[in-house]
Amino acid sequence: MSDIPEEASGIVKKFLYVNRKAPHGTIYALESLEVVLIGAAFEQDVSLAFLDDGVFQLVKGQDTADIGVKNFSPTYRALGDFEVTKLYVEKESLAERGLSKDDLMEIMYEDEDDDWEEKPSIKLVNRTELAAVMAGQDVILSF
Amino acid sequence: MAYELNGATIEADEEGYITDLSVWNQDLAKLIAEDENIDMNDEHWEVVNFLRDYYEEYQIAPAVRVLIKAVKKSMGKDKGNNKYLYTLFPYGPAKQACKIAGLPKPTGCV
Amino acid sequence: MSILHTVNKSPFEKQTLNSCIAHALDGDAILMVEDGVYGAIDGTAAATQLAANKNISIYALGPDLNARGLGEAKLVSGLTIVDYNGFVDLAVEHDKTQSWL
Repeated sequence: MSDIPEEASGIVKKFLYVNRKAPHGTIYALESLEVVLIGAAFEQDVSLAFLDDGVFQLVKGQDTADIGVKNFSPTYRALGDFEVTKLYVEKESLAERGLSKDDLMEIMYEDEDDDWEEKPSIKLVNRTELAAVMAGQDVILSF
Repeated sequence: MAYELNGATIEADEEGYITDLSVWNQDLAKLIAEDENIDMNDEHWEVVNFLRDYYEEYQIAPAVRVLIKAVKKSMGKDKGNNKYLYTLFPYGPAKQACKIAGLPKPTGCV
Repeated sequence: MSILHTVNKSPFEKQTLNSCIAHALDGDAILMVEDGVYGAIDGTAAATQLAANKNISIYALGPDLNARGLGEAKLVSGLTIVDYNGFVDLAVEHDKTQSWL
């Protein structure tokens, strides 16, 4: 929640946050998530990409109680409330890590333009498709 | 800074957000509210309880528009707006309501 | 004279686990900790490497598996999950510890 006023300029750019690190061993994943949430106040066209070890950020059932760090994984499910609704996950990265879509959290958003229908935020894409997503951005932020 | 409640000292940061979220209770909420010159009524509690439930589920305070939507759903259209929230919490729902709810200062809130 | 090897890097990002396996001898133990526990997922290139070394015992730290949402069903067979006390026991049982960072 933020008291930042609405962005006045009205210029909307396409922002892609690229996530390539596993969640708890380093600070990158949490830093990225915080920047995404802060950036959401500026009402830009935001997408997130998860590839390489970044796909581990979305694995369901994470419980950090015994390693003494905050479990920020539930926060990904709140991204839809911040109008961040495009989470691209690379199929090849999942497969190389012995993971499938069923190992990931269910992340939904309510579609304002479709009578608030609940829709999945995660979009599985292959490497070629993800490259095209990257090519179509105005700004890329890497973590 | 710190709050004194029933002989116990409850640690808070320099802006009055409690540092250990697990020590929160309704009496402490009332005490923090007093410091903010807010007299807690049912409508304040409704917002504070919503914030706590949302934080429990997502480990983050909700975006303002999410809070407004939730208030609209539970308390009717005439209350589901920014003005109503500012009537309840004059210094901002993010800053004051989260503080009273015992949550960390919201991300991106300066 | 045996060594407890610990690995704390993801095998999908670093060559740490491969290098550790290449230097471990029969009777040694490998304990995966932190992001190293991703090496315990079954059906990966790393898992194939591990399976090729029958005389090295493989362990993973439970709290790190839980933090990353890795349940036993996802893990290679023949792996033993230990808690922090088990980590200490392993360190005591072996003559020395080598941390592959």
